[in-house]
Amino acid sequence: MISLIVNGKPQQLEVDPQTPLLWVLRDRLGLTGTKYGCGISACGACTVHVEGEAVRSCVTPLARLAGKRVTTIEGLSRDNDHPVQRAWIELDVPQCGFCQSGQIMAAVALLAKKPRPTDADIDATMSGILCRCGTYQRIRRAIHRAAELRRAGA
Amino acid sequence: MNDPAAPELIDEGRRAFLKVSVAAGGALLIGFYLPAVGRGGVAGVAATELAPNTWIRIGADDSVTLMVASSEMGQGVYTAIPMLLAEELECDWARVRIETAPAARAYFNPLIGMQLTGGSTAVRAYFTPLRQAGATARALLITAAAQTWGVKEESCKAENGVVVHQPSGRRARYGELVGKAATLPVPKAVFLKEPSEFKLLGKPTRRRDTPLKVNGAAVFGQDVRLPGMLTAAVARCPVFGGKLKSFDAAKAKAVEGVRHVLAIDSGVAVVAGDFWTAQRGREALAIQWDEGAHAKASSAQLRSRLEAALKRAGSTARSEGEAEKVLSAAARRIEADYEVPYLAHACMEPMNATAVVTKDSCEVWAPTQAQTGAQTTAARITGLAPEAIKVHTTFLGGGFGRRSEQDFVSEAVQLARLTGAPVKVIWTREDDIRHDFYRPATLNRLSAALGADGLPSAWVHRIAGPSIMARVVPQFAPAMMPAWLPESLKQAGASVAGFVVERRIDATSVEGATNLPYAIPNILVTYAMENGPVPVGFWRSVGNTQNIFITECFLDELAAAAGKDPFEYRRALLKNHPRHLGVLELAAGKAGWGRPLPKGRHRGIAVAESFGSFVAQVAEVSITDGRVRVHRVACAVDCGIVVNPDTVVAQMESGIVFGLTAALKGEITIKDGRVEQGNFFDYPLLRMDEMPEVETHIVKSGEPPGGVGEPGTPPIAPAVANAVFAATGKPVRRLPTRV
Ligand code: FES
Ligand code: FES
Repeated sequence: MISLIVNGKPQQLEVDPQTPLLWVLRDRLGLTGTKYGCGISACGACTVHVEGEAVRSCVTPLARLAGKRVTTIEGLSRDNDHPVQRAWIELDVPQCGFCQSGQIMAAVALLAKKPRPTDADIDATMSGILCRCGTYQRIRRAIHRAAELRRAGA
Repeated sequence: MNDPAAPELIDEGRRAFLKVSVAAGGALLIGFYLPAVGRGGVAGVAATELAPNTWIRIGADDSVTLMVASSEMGQGVYTAIPMLLAEELECDWARVRIETAPAARAYFNPLIGMQLTGGSTAVRAYFTPLRQAGATARALLITAAAQTWGVKEESCKAENGVVVHQPSGRRARYGELVGKAATLPVPKAVFLKEPSEFKLLGKPTRRRDTPLKVNGAAVFGQDVRLPGMLTAAVARCPVFGGKLKSFDAAKAKAVEGVRHVLAIDSGVAVVAGDFWTAQRGREALAIQWDEGAHAKASSAQLRSRLEAALKRAGSTARSEGEAEKVLSAAARRIEADYEVPYLAHACMEPMNATAVVTKDSCEVWAPTQAQTGAQTTAARITGLAPEAIKVHTTFLGGGFGRRSEQDFVSEAVQLARLTGAPVKVIWTREDDIRHDFYRPATLNRLSAALGADGLPSAWVHRIAGPSIMARVVPQFAPAMMPAWLPESLKQAGASVAGFVVERRIDATSVEGATNLPYAIPNILVTYAMENGPVPVGFWRSVGNTQNIFITECFLDELAAAAGKDPFEYRRALLKNHPRHLGVLELAAGKAGWGRPLPKGRHRGIAVAESFGSFVAQVAEVSITDGRVRVHRVACAVDCGIVVNPDTVVAQMESGIVFGLTAALKGEITIKDGRVEQGNFFDYPLLRMDEMPEVETHIVKSGEPPGGVGEPGTPPIAPAVANAVFAATGKPVRRLPTRV
């Protein structure tokens, strides 16, 4: 039995501790906003926060998460009012949308560390999160916009 | 050319298929059947048999619900399609809802003859019919108000979901009028707005699906969950054309949680309560494959088959003048061989589908571009009538043509039938890359003669490659073939199915080559079909992805040989093609063509027509340590009347990124009959740090709408390759680009 906190809710899981967090979230907890894209830490679609740090849930076994706090895209806000979500909506970033949970979670973690990220910061953090639809230009703009909204205390 | 946006009457033939009725609660329902354009409609079905299904419902609560028959795969149809209706209906845009249409004949795409999202047709197919339906509903609501008030219809106006009697200022909401409107006869004629009257069309409009895509709420195929659902992972023969010989399920069954190990037609499925368990079960399977005839196939061997095919005369796809004669007599001849590799689609969401089968019904939940195909596939497997199959279309995590196939649907239906439980099949990324229907690899021989003025007097393009249509023809109704890409080949008379077989020409293999727009008096384009073991399929912009790269790069070679500027060279050859010329000049102007660049930067240009739209792009590149970097892309697009300009811009960016991956990275290679790549480390995609600054400029146009999902892709590879040519003096004749 492993205990952890997911989106503020304590969870006790009777699951093989080697199971990657991704499949625990999706198949056990029904949190399907976190996506499977590659399974080997090569696309970033499965990015979530563990203790506020961006983590690839597809290669993070449950065993490593005992007592930890996990946040998924579903836990970001109650009403799409997180500054990153607002910026994403304002700029209509998503196309198919499949990569966007990972993009948003990575962007949130970036802004927490660097409230005024440069383009180089964005490249360094976001280059591991693939988007087959090619929304990169809008993601970059939306991160700068989210930084503004954040600073404005939104 | 007919201007579809000009005021227009619904003709008698069309009107016959429009039906108005009333639903419980007094809602107004509008149904219609869209006759297929072109070749005779749906095979073997008289138009009168096709019941008009409900497309539009206007409720007593003022809600407007539209059935959308196109799949949302990122291209913005869930926004663009309802915009067409709302424009003419004059309803409150915020109150328009959409529902995804089930698989049914009434929802066939009239340009394709089946329910399928592809060929960049969605807006083109529904542009006129949905505006007509909206205008009809508006007319009925106005008549209902006028009759209620005992006033003249001409004195009433519909606006933002309300009918107003202008002299008195009397008002009635649509919801108050629907009960009466539903009892009125369908008007004989309705007028459509002039583009100058558009309130919504042509204005940047927020996507309706964005809020769902920033909080995890959008349900993709991968996210479908049903009570009692099982999840399957399937082991498939790694060699193309191989078959299952035998397997030992013992070790897989020993994995705790594995419920079933089952042979299906694509391989062996391990079924469990969750994906992780199923995948571990699959890893534990011991399988003997019969690798079949292609166990030794390799990229080199397949290439030598294309070389041999290139020596055959091939079938003539376009012939004007006497190209070969002029060529052999020419004083200046330029020749070059071009080739492109197989490419995987690599949709961000790997293939998957979910199904439930009972004795007399079957339901499928799938991220599919092809509802009719899914329904037919499920009917064939279950033995049920197509009407007993319900298809639910989820959001698609990318499509790009891959999701017009049925392999993933077939697996889910087979497993649901065998287990009696709801089953979701999930492919791993490796499954997805190794069991795709690949963009064909082709080999091309180009020859041209240059006249004294440096302009080409003859052009010969010989293509050798596998045919997509030769593979899919048995699967698809022949009736859809000619309409698939209506502008690609003028093949009046024969169905493409017959065409492929009899003349060995596949329109999708030669598009982009046969419609070469340049004023060259002698042109010959031939195609030698050479089908191999690698299954080939529709890949964003299909034949244009390769042929535009080849023709636009070879044209730069000719310009260089003639000592001419590539932009001016194209201008000289495009005098009779104003729309090509328009985008070419716009892109060049915005890119600052001809103006000096910082040291180490070089420009390349390319232009193409595809799917009814015209796109030119100028790429600015630098090369450092053998690495090509694209800094900036200026893109100009003429896609006729624009529905949602923000979507046009997004689709150009998207098409460019997709094409850049192909230009710089993409290559599927074959060894021992199997695909060598498997995941993003060996089949890499363009990343954030490689993203150029892309600027898109839209040409104002009154022409009929063209597609936007695909046309952004073809010009980027040649624009980049031509910039590399400008930088190095060495033409890029093979993709991906290596310097
Ligand atoms: S699914 Fe985890 S990085 Fe791709
Ligand atoms: S929006 Fe489709 S993969 Fe990023």
